[in-house]
Amino acid sequence: MREIQAETITDVVARLCIEANERLPQDVKHAIERCRACEDWAIAQEVLDRIVENYEIAEQQEVPICQDTGMACVFLEIGQDVHIAGGGLREAVDEGVRRGYGEGYLRKSVVRDSLRRENTGDNTPAMLYTEIVPGEQIKVTVAPKGFGSENMSAIRMFKPSAGLQGIKDFILETVETAGPNPCPPMVIGVGIGGTFDKAALLAKKALMRPIDERHPDPFYAALEEEMLEKVNALGIGPQGFGGRTTALGLNIETMPTHIAGMPCAINISCHVTRHRTEVI
Amino acid sequence: MERHITLPLTEELARTLRAGDTVYLTGTVYTSRDAGHKRMCEALARGETLPFDPKDATIYYVGPSPAKPGQVIGSAGPTTSGRMDAYAPTMLSAGARGMIGKGARLPEVVEAMKKYSGVYFGAIGGAGALLAKCIKKAELIAYEDLGAEALRRLYVEEMPLVVVIDCEGNNLYESGRAAYLAQRGAKEN
Repeated sequence: MREIQAETITDVVARLCIEANERLPQDVKHAIERCRACEDWAIAQEVLDRIVENYEIAEQQEVPICQDTGMACVFLEIGQDVHIAGGGLREAVDEGVRRGYGEGYLRKSVVRDSLRRENTGDNTPAMLYTEIVPGEQIKVTVAPKGFGSENMSAIRMFKPSAGLQGIKDFILETVETAGPNPCPPMVIGVGIGGTFDKAALLAKKALMRPIDERHPDPFYAALEEEMLEKVNALGIGPQGFGGRTTALGLNIETMPTHIAGMPCAINISCHVTRHRTEVI
Repeated sequence: MERHITLPLTEELARTLRAGDTVYLTGTVYTSRDAGHKRMCEALARGETLPFDPKDATIYYVGPSPAKPGQVIGSAGPTTSGRMDAYAPTMLSAGARGMIGKGARLPEVVEAMKKYSGVYFGAIGGAGALLAKCIKKAELIAYEDLGAEALRRLYVEEMPLVVVIDCEGNNLYESGRAAYLAQRGAKEN
């Protein structure tokens, strides 16, 4: 049994909120650079150059890459041999978000209630997910999620007879509907299987997998490649001004489902797909 | 075409801008997004005046992040314009002419733009750090309680934008994509 202080979790969450908002992950940077090299449409090249300039300024000057510093999605993989001491876990995480968004001069974008829309003032609560895993460590991932792209996400409960074609059409239809709104080039997370809620979570988790890493199952790895190619043939392009680079990457996450169902969720993200991880 | 223009956006100036033009904008713009637009339109409905003179004004759809000490403003890229579609025709009819944002607009907004000679500029969504560097002054003028959504007067210099929809209703989201796909098709054949 290892004891971890709640205060330590707070410190890590606060730091990760700031770092995730100022520094784009390497895999996303590499994908932008790769797409810039393949892009042959003038206005698209210009937009991609500015996007690179933007994340470089953010990193050098330690300012947020995007003003929508998002809702703080916090994923904890908690070792089953860990005991959290000195405070509640939920409070520790929320305090980390409060501190990170305050000290980091990040935007507070959370309202207490969907219909009455009063700002909570400190970007809490975190969208917190916990998973119990073997071991005596806590893996903390903070993934700030902006809503320009979140709003373009979709979920559908397919009949199994819809098959592979149903999923393919749904991906293209969702990207088409999103068009210029989610700040393309986008990153597309697809969750297939589970229940209604699990499919959505899989789609969100797909956005956190490095975008140059394929699904371990060759069937889905091939589907990821095929669908990325098809999305990039739509011509929407960076910012929707036309061009090849509509998406930087497309990741699929899967799990078993019911004999009667085939849930599919698509979580759309933008070129500022942020996540940062630390192990305590 | 590349243009360097100075605000205010008069009708005469607006009429010279075409969808697809790259524009470097200098002058005063006003920030507003969801909650600010709702309040302004409610004020207009009650017959009240707005916190700024809307005539020939340009509105930037942005909710900036807080300024660090020594900064004029925090990161300040555009938000999704479609959420302001419910209010944009009212703002245009009140005299506002320019809109800066990102993403698609509804046909009724385009119709109002044609009627009132409005222009819709696209700023690069997600490029908040880059766009903040063009903002030389920022002053809070109303609705302070709305936080990031408060109304601010900004002075911008050489702000890089693209005309997405011009006052004749030409739309780069449609024409740019079609031109790219035509070129791609021509290459493959």
